[in-house]
Amino acid sequence: MNARIPPSSDDAKGNTRPARLRVSGVSKQYPGCLANDDVSLDVRAGEILALLGENGAGKSTLIKVIYGLVAPDSGMIEIDGKARAITSPAAARAAGIGVVFQHFSLFESLTVAENIALGLDDAARRRDLPRRIRDIGERYGLVIDPDRVVADLSVGEQQRVEIVRVLLQDPSILIFDEPTSVLTPQAILGLFETLNQLRREGRAVIFISHKLEEIRTLCDRATVLRGGRVVGTVPVAGASVNDLARMMIGQEMPALGAGSAGQGGPVQLAAHNLSLEPANPHGTALDRLEMRARGGEILGIAGIAGNGQEELLAALSGERLTRTAGAVTLAGQAVGRLGPGARRKLGLGFVPGERLGRGAVPPMSLAENGFLTAHWRVPLTWRWVISTRKRNAFADRVIDEFRVATRSQSTAAQALSGGNLQRFIVGREILSDPRALVVAYPTWGVDVAAVAAIHAALVALRDKGAAVVVMSEDLDELLSLSDCVAVLYRGQLSAPIPRDQCTRENLGLLMSGAAPLDTARTPAQGDVDAA
Amino acid sequence: MRLRLVPRLKPSPVALYGAPVLAIALTVTFGFFLFLGIGRDPWAALYAYFIAPVNSAFGLSEWLLAALPLALIGLGLAVGFRANIWNIGAEGQLVLGAIGGGAVALALWREDVPGTFVLVCVAGALAGMAWAAIPALLRTKFNANEILTSLMLIYVADQLLGWLVHGALRNPQGFGFPESRLFSPEAVMPLLWPGTRLHIGWLALPVAALAVWFLMNHMVAGFRLRVGGDAANAATYAGFSRSRMVWLSFLLTGGLAGLVGAMEVAGPVGQLLPKISPGYGFAAIIVAFLGRLNPVGVVLAAHLLALILIGGENVQMLGVPVAVAQLFQGVLLVTLLASDVLVRYRVVRVGRLGERARG
Repeated sequence: MNARIPPSSDDAKGNTRPARLRVSGVSKQYPGCLANDDVSLDVRAGEILALLGENGAGKSTLIKVIYGLVAPDSGMIEIDGKARAITSPAAARAAGIGVVFQHFSLFESLTVAENIALGLDDAARRRDLPRRIRDIGERYGLVIDPDRVVADLSVGEQQRVEIVRVLLQDPSILIFDEPTSVLTPQAILGLFETLNQLRREGRAVIFISHKLEEIRTLCDRATVLRGGRVVGTVPVAGASVNDLARMMIGQEMPALGAGSAGQGGPVQLAAHNLSLEPANPHGTALDRLEMRARGGEILGIAGIAGNGQEELLAALSGERLTRTAGAVTLAGQAVGRLGPGARRKLGLGFVPGERLGRGAVPPMSLAENGFLTAHWRVPLTWRWVISTRKRNAFADRVIDEFRVATRSQSTAAQALSGGNLQRFIVGREILSDPRALVVAYPTWGVDVAAVAAIHAALVALRDKGAAVVVMSEDLDELLSLSDCVAVLYRGQLSAPIPRDQCTRENLGLLMSGAAPLDTARTPAQGDVDAA
Repeated sequence: MRLRLVPRLKPSPVALYGAPVLAIALTVTFGFFLFLGIGRDPWAALYAYFIAPVNSAFGLSEWLLAALPLALIGLGLAVGFRANIWNIGAEGQLVLGAIGGGAVALALWREDVPGTFVLVCVAGALAGMAWAAIPALLRTKFNANEILTSLMLIYVADQLLGWLVHGALRNPQGFGFPESRLFSPEAVMPLLWPGTRLHIGWLALPVAALAVWFLMNHMVAGFRLRVGGDAANAATYAGFSRSRMVWLSFLLTGGLAGLVGAMEVAGPVGQLLPKISPGYGFAAIIVAFLGRLNPVGVVLAAHLLALILIGGENVQMLGVPVAVAQLFQGVLLVTLLASDVLVRYRVVRVGRLGERARG
């Protein structure tokens, strides 16, 4: 067993215990994509192993294989030196494997204890569950009230529920799939405490991330995946951020963010006294929200998911109309009662968070996907008839100027990688020449090269005098890109904070509600509305 | 070892054209043994099904005439179905077209207005559109499910026709039979092919097929319908009004179905009867899907379906029971739809998963 992957002697902590979990030679072929190509890794008791890789590198597939959700085409899983056939999640749990997924599977209308009881394999263990939830909470710093309803919990608290649920099974191997992507900076520190406690207890932990600083502070070793293959496994202590980045993306890290500051001009896109009912029972209503985005500036909107992001995006884009026309203004014109098409004609651009199925029609060609929104503002038709020539030329321009890797404009949108499709969508919106561009989660699930290109494109648009509003859950992205940042919390937006006054800490406090929100609303307005 | 279906990255062109051929070959093979099994001459039965209907000029004209309503309605349905808008009530819109067209023909009875048949067709189309506007209005104003409303309106339309031919539109000299007067010659569709029943209305088919093709492939409205069907969220995001899509597809189908209804009563029938259509509005749903919601495909599917409907009648004259004729038709449709799977999936042989995962 040890002959195949010798325990590395260069381990910084001198951890020479045998592997608790060993994965060897895992391959998984999907139609058109080899997701895992002969992947091997091992993780020892009392160790946190980072699984590092860009989106699409094969991390998720590997986790699904380990957890029995996906049957590999080949490969072997050993636990404590013994080969185990893991054919289902139940088998994985029986073998001592627990996974905290990036996307939670909680019933929002049930309490914490009810949710956890539903996930337990063994009915007998449901007795005195609330006490055991509290015990685990104290031991790992995961304080959570078992009787609270999940819908009322913050995202960080919901994640605690997921972790407690997994810990109740007392697993010896824990896998965390991008756990920090949804957390505030303060909540991330709390999670790291929990992970350190797990390590001290001698459990084996796999921590999946593409954030290099987190890995540097937390992990012992890092296994790097690229294009479905293991590039290498290195001790974290000896590697710099640049070393890890080079392994992860196969080249030097490109420059991200804005670099220079924008020149604030007249207000292009604004929300004034904007109230909107939530779109679904667990959404958040917008409450007399104030927002002003100036031309020549990038306004970042920070906030934890579920604080009114969906509602604000729908109100700005025109997918939902506001009660009064003046609640949303575009270049001084009241547009609150106009639909998306009319707003686009007036110069609004919008990049939605969901690329396939919303920002682009999956089976349609890039030419048609370019036409999708551009035809409102770019002359691509002859009356009601589509000019195929102009339509194709527009798509070619987007592909050319934004370096979309594709064979031609006749390729279907669904055949593009996430990063390439996002380049195309951002490019389509920018070449529609907007006065104001709203961008939701621009780099979610996008490779680093595309992130750099998208950031540069947004900055170039800003420098041409357009207002750019970027909504993101990634604070680092907002801090590097925005000229000022406003925080969305419970349907209200803080006054914009200039970039030089923003820190991860003060934004984090606003995002979690620990610091009072200073909205741009004037007291008189609140009085009028209350009357 | 077992077989497994794996999605293709894009539809296979070989399978796209090969699948219908395969389906017809399978059906013919099945039919051969079916007819043999019930003690009939399989060659004669297959001949009656596929050759006899089209081997004379008259047979050919009857075939084209039967395919015309299926194709026209199928073309309209294909537009709506492409946008996931489900007008199931074309049969009712057809009946209203017959009523509207018939009413105009009877109002101008013996008035000697040249070209009355044109007015009859226009009135039929308008009546069909008006009937289709009801589910469209209920959908866009009250979000009522258009499948249910359009379907239920079929039965209302049937009752309306029955009431009229028993009452207001009944032939005063008809000895109380529930049917209208025979239309004046001006109101009857002129023949396109003398000596047969194929009338000038057939010319609407190439026009409609071309128009639907142009709408769906070259016009902004057709593009929006396709986006609405492929990704409803993308249509909302791009600002395409769902209401407009519902109105466009319902009015188009209603108009075509109404035209078919008017051409039926002003064509082969020549008067209003309590029963106008042998179910063209329902069969056209099959035609639309069989034709893959593509105008050329819909026209071909309509002719295939018309052929097996006529063939089914022919073999009954050979003494084949009606149930067997319908069984044969059913097998053809099932194999056609089943072979569609091969267009989007390929069949691969796989070993047992556990063994390979461990190996």
